[in-house]
Amino acid sequence: MKVLKLIFKNSLRHKLRTALTILGIAIAVLAFGILRTVVTSWDEAVKASSPNRLITRQSVSFIFPLPYAYKDKIANVEGVKSVTFAAWFQGVYKDKNQFFARMAVDHETFMETYDEMIVPKIQIEAFKRERSACIIGNELAKMYGLKLGDVMTLEGDIYPGRWDFVIRGIYTSKFKYFDPTQMFFRWDYIDERLKEETPERAGWVGWYIIRINDPDKTAVVSYNIDILFKNSPAETKTESERAFTENFMVSIKALFTAMNFMSFAIVGIIMLVLGNTMIMSARERTREYAVFKTLGFSTFHMVGLIMGESLLISILGGGVGLAITFPMIAGFEQVIPKNYFPSFELQSITVMLSIIAALLVGIVSAVFPIQRVIGTKIVEGFRFVG
Amino acid sequence: MAAIIQVRNLFKSYWRNSLEIPVLQNISIDVEEGEFMALMGPSGSGKTTLLNLIAGIDRPSKGEIVVAGTDIGKLGESALAKWRSSNVGFVFQFYNLIPVLTAFENVELPLLLTKLSKKERRKHVETALGIVGLGDRMTHSPKQLSGGQEQRVAIARAIVTDPAILVADEPTGDLDKNSAEEILTLMDRLNKEFKKTILMVTHDPNAAEKARVIRHLEKGDLV
Ligand SMILES: Nc1ncnc2c1ncn2[C@@H]1O[C@H](COP(=O)(O)OP(=O)(O)O)[C@@H](O)[C@H]1O
Ligand SMILES: [Mg+2]
Repeated sequence: MKVLKLIFKNSLRHKLRTALTILGIAIAVLAFGILRTVVTSWDEAVKASSPNRLITRQSVSFIFPLPYAYKDKIANVEGVKSVTFAAWFQGVYKDKNQFFARMAVDHETFMETYDEMIVPKIQIEAFKRERSACIIGNELAKMYGLKLGDVMTLEGDIYPGRWDFVIRGIYTSKFKYFDPTQMFFRWDYIDERLKEETPERAGWVGWYIIRINDPDKTAVVSYNIDILFKNSPAETKTESERAFTENFMVSIKALFTAMNFMSFAIVGIIMLVLGNTMIMSARERTREYAVFKTLGFSTFHMVGLIMGESLLISILGGGVGLAITFPMIAGFEQVIPKNYFPSFELQSITVMLSIIAALLVGIVSAVFPIQRVIGTKIVEGFRFVG
Repeated sequence: MAAIIQVRNLFKSYWRNSLEIPVLQNISIDVEEGEFMALMGPSGSGKTTLLNLIAGIDRPSKGEIVVAGTDIGKLGESALAKWRSSNVGFVFQFYNLIPVLTAFENVELPLLLTKLSKKERRKHVETALGIVGLGDRMTHSPKQLSGGQEQRVAIARAIVTDPAILVADEPTGDLDKNSAEEILTLMDRLNKEFKKTILMVTHDPNAAEKARVIRHLEKGDLV
């Protein structure tokens, strides 16, 4: 007979209680894993944004446009390598519930600026040649079974009317964080039609994307751009893409902070759950521990028995929890809109943290029962009545 | 030859809410090797306390206890634990078996602290269970045994390491007449056949009759 066997048998004494405790830990580990994945995915996306890119937007709000004429002025600012721009098109493709990013971009410069996209050269050339061309992400192509040469029709809302685009390019993302479900078409194609139909709306872009030579000069270059348009009807606000991404979702950021906190609070909760189970067990077994001590078993043995059981339960719970976390997160990755979480995957650091958390819970939960067993004299243990 | 148990001027008090409760006052007692002594007395007179002190699971307030040549008051906690495991076998009123272990495993427990191999342990456990007449109940769990059988398993556990001394605290206190008789017969056999020195607390005169020496404890004094 081994100590392990005794630990195992002890843990099976109250099968329901142990099962519920294991389940509780499993669910907590699952919640921990998901919360941490949300947090780390977000961090990844922010960190992955290029430090060499600045975004210039309308100072009041991202939703107000900027004049197309700013392009050349920005290009002349010292430290600016290249300027491109984009405009949020929105619209509806097929049905309202299908959401993916649709943007009108500067066909001459956009693809060069976003080198996270891999597009065959010949396709970029086709895009530059044909006004109604568009380039879409490979995941988007897969979603709708689209191929080169197909026509995508958007029902415009911000830009009313029916818009037909011919797919001339399909990009793949160089990094997982780069959303592979976007659609880009030519801004000049849109603007041309606006000039005819609603000339007062023509000549505006959504925001500028600026490549700079030296990321350390972000502040200076931003300042020099914004000063250009000071006191004009469309003042600008320039910041790094990273800051832009973060600010774009300030409210969400608060949520992430809360999630971050919660993920660790959960670890505290499972400590209480398992701790409570272990304390109950130790109480019930007061006499038995007195017997063990009487027979000559040492404090070390008692610690082994209690800690062993506590760890057994926490490891089982953690194992079950992790086992469901993997498929859960994989499932989430399928359904979560790519534009929010281009990459949503369980990171090894999260797996490690879950394992550490489970072990920590096992150890900490054993502390009070161990203290109790050590502190109880043999004769007191025998006199103890439930 | 010196007595195997020598108790000299033993005092024991418990403290409850900073109030001293004297339990044993100036007890001196000798138990010869091979003796079967019954310790009688009314409830609360300190019988269990005296037994626990002699068996080394409690510490005296004052006085000396020498058992099998060892002054157990001078032993540290872990040395005392080791000493207990090889010198004293315990039998309790409520058997105190580990409920999740089989009869075999319960008896094997004390042997886990020895260097014996698995095979040797098995041999010892089978011998001990054979002596108490439960060779055919080895895989039973305590729940599947009667009270008398449980107590016999407990006795097997007490003798499996072959200690010189057995202490029994009201071993028949929770048993019916027939089972009690069996246990007493077994104790008698352990004393006569296996030469165990037995110190048994009881307030059952029938039980005490089996013993060859009877001592009475009253309000912490031997009379
Ligand atoms: N651990 C303890 N703490 C406080 N009082 C105790 C303790 N053990 C025994 N006593 C007290 O000591 C007295 C003698 O107890 P005990 O030795 O169990 O008597 P007996 O076994 O003769 O019935 C009782 O009054 C009991 O309440
Ligand atoms: Mg008693």
